[in-house]
Amino acid sequence: MTRHLLSLAGGCLAVLLAAGTAGLAQDAKGVTFAQSVEPQGLDPTVSSPVAAGQVTWQNVFEGLVAIDRDGQIVPQLATEWTVSDDGLTYGFTLREGVTFQNGVPFDSAVAKFAIDRILSEGSTNGQKANYTAIADVQAPDPQTLVLKLSGRNADLLYWLGYPAAVMVEPSSTDTNGTTPVGTGPFKVDEWRKGDRVIMSAWDGYWGDAPEVSGVTARFIGDAQAQAAALQSGQVDIVGDLSAPELFAQFTDDPGFTAVSGAGEMEVVAGMNNAHPPFDDLRVRQALMMAIDRPSLVEAVSAGQGTPIGTHFSPANPLYQDLTELFPYDPEKARALLAEAGHGDGFSFDFKVPNRDYAQRSAQIMQAFFAQIGVTANIQTSDFPAAWIQDVFKDTNYDMTIIGHAEPLDIGIYARDPYYFNYDNPAFRDQMDAIASATTDAERREGYRAAQEMLARDLPALFLFSYPKLGVWKAGLEGVWENGPVPANDMTDARWTK
Amino acid sequence: MIPTRLRRLAAALLMLLVTSLVIFLAIEAAPGDPAEIMLGTSAQADTLAALRSQLGLDRPLMVRYAAWLGGVVTGDLGQSYTYGVPVAGLIAERMLVTLPLTLMATVLAVVVSVPLGVMAAARPGRAGDGLASVFAQMGIAVPNFWIGLLLILGFALKLRWFPTGGFPGWGDAGIGAIRSLVLPAIALAIPQAAVLTRVTRAAVLDIASEDFVRTARAKGLSRRRALWRHVVPNALLPVVTMLGLQIPFLISGAVLVENVFNLPGIGTLAYQALSQRDLIVVQNVVLLFAVIVLVVNAGTDALYARLDPRLRGRA
Repeated sequence: MTRHLLSLAGGCLAVLLAAGTAGLAQDAKGVTFAQSVEPQGLDPTVSSPVAAGQVTWQNVFEGLVAIDRDGQIVPQLATEWTVSDDGLTYGFTLREGVTFQNGVPFDSAVAKFAIDRILSEGSTNGQKANYTAIADVQAPDPQTLVLKLSGRNADLLYWLGYPAAVMVEPSSTDTNGTTPVGTGPFKVDEWRKGDRVIMSAWDGYWGDAPEVSGVTARFIGDAQAQAAALQSGQVDIVGDLSAPELFAQFTDDPGFTAVSGAGEMEVVAGMNNAHPPFDDLRVRQALMMAIDRPSLVEAVSAGQGTPIGTHFSPANPLYQDLTELFPYDPEKARALLAEAGHGDGFSFDFKVPNRDYAQRSAQIMQAFFAQIGVTANIQTSDFPAAWIQDVFKDTNYDMTIIGHAEPLDIGIYARDPYYFNYDNPAFRDQMDAIASATTDAERREGYRAAQEMLARDLPALFLFSYPKLGVWKAGLEGVWENGPVPANDMTDARWTK
Repeated sequence: MIPTRLRRLAAALLMLLVTSLVIFLAIEAAPGDPAEIMLGTSAQADTLAALRSQLGLDRPLMVRYAAWLGGVVTGDLGQSYTYGVPVAGLIAERMLVTLPLTLMATVLAVVVSVPLGVMAAARPGRAGDGLASVFAQMGIAVPNFWIGLLLILGFALKLRWFPTGGFPGWGDAGIGAIRSLVLPAIALAIPQAAVLTRVTRAAVLDIASEDFVRTARAKGLSRRRALWRHVVPNALLPVVTMLGLQIPFLISGAVLVENVFNLPGIGTLAYQALSQRDLIVVQNVVLLFAVIVLVVNAGTDALYARLDPRLRGRA
């Protein structure tokens, strides 16, 4: 009987293996990318905008304008626009001959609906705050859309190109979360929840047809599994590999293109500026000077990443390198601490999310702090749930560490309340000045001054900008190298071999 | 008979009721607001309030509990906060992965462990016994997710016989689906098989020293026939019990293994829902786990009675 059972088991295995070796071939014309987080719905205009946008932005949904791979604002469903001299009226000329994937034509009435919906009372758009300058939306004729602003807002056009402001039409808004209907070159065929979203080229697209026949988004949370899926050929692209130490194996492999691009995520150690001793500027400066940022980057992300001195991404053309303001200098740091009355050091609670980059950074910072006599007691906080409640909402913390992934988000230091408890009227005025800038030069100068203000005042310890570690199969072109917007835009992807 | 069964059913229902309350309160007590997590950190207060009221989170605690329980009784498990689809459908979809996975693992574990255990017990102290003991030691000591990683390395990356993870669905006569489940099922089965091998070996040795076996041998039955006719059937009792007791470990093992292999099963759903604070999904999945454990225990009891006539009619 034993023998029978064993031969039965062996037989089963043989059949499975035979089935296994067949069928590895896949459609050569489609493209499959993997991302870490599965979106909760596929509509980037509601709830979780980042993960949804990573699947459907540009592929399925388009905006009045778009942000391209270089971070520039480019025309999309609006072909051109004008801004009045007082900066309060935006006029858009809409593209003709555009229809949604369900046949509904795109016109100014639809565009008005989509923007009104972001701003409506029951809106669950997580980015609503970026659009509240819009006071009124008018549709004087089918191809013209006019936005009336209640105050100047130099960044509005940028945010209109962001995934949270894509165009949706009234009849499909209730179902866009599961079966999205956009104006883009791909339509969603199937969402196998927990696994993948399958999209195929849509023949009614207004622009040039995409080069690939379809796009599949796979959701693979574990970085090891992402790397394994690339190597076994199950996915073609991982746009943002989540473990830097796994990146090196692809840089030398001729079968892959591996690019360490600039991302929008700044890793900062936020401090509770209302809590002593963090309310003392000298203490914050001393803590900054206790950290050797290049060594930190080397240890945390295998050297992938750029030290920063303020809350701005090196990917942005407006970035200023301010790391030399408070470079690594433990002697000076100790002296500053003594001056602030902490000559014997102090100890504090360091609430660190259970994310690899945060945990690793915290451990190294703990060692750096110890050199100047400061004891950091690391407490791990479950992210997102516990961290958002405890640190972000209740601000029940001394110091924490988190990556801020949203582009152009220096304005968070002007928000009241925000988890830093940083209250600086001068910085708020500076942000207002940027918003009401009328020329590009004014806007640039405004952002430069804002960056420097934060670099000197250090409401948070600015550590490094996290890279976008992209890996894709050799022979695939048109993939975004940098990440000005969290996206997997496959509209330009093409196979050359 | 009937009063006993009724009494047991009532006890089981009461237990489920208490379990549901414990689940609900424990999940409510965990920090984290689902609306905050869904909307991200830039959301405004009015947006958060709008979402909370849309999800029904602005209702009092006990009203929400009653609504959930009432729904469960009538078969409506509610809508997932995050996916926005009915929870029942979500669970059903995921069970199409987890159920075959755990079944495959169980069958695999039994098919490996029972012959191995019997072989070990038939010649204690010999090479076969030593081999079985090494297997059992290692199988218990090594965590299943690590076995999973090794299997991926060997059979998916090097040999490319199986996919590294993911699940293609049950189309194409299920071949792709079964291929995706083989490695995870092995990873899940090995620790189970290790435990069952030990139990089988001990049980066979135990029964083999009983008087009736000696009698059978005295009447002229060969060692082999005595083993298979008299010892093994009686030794299956503790094996079945252990199989039933292992079900909760199988389920918790599935949570880890599914994550390693990126399988869209109920374990991944539970893990993901918990980290996203999709409370309604977590509540229902945990309740389902409780129901499964209760049902399996009842089933084990019933099977026990069939296998051992002495137990029939006893409470």
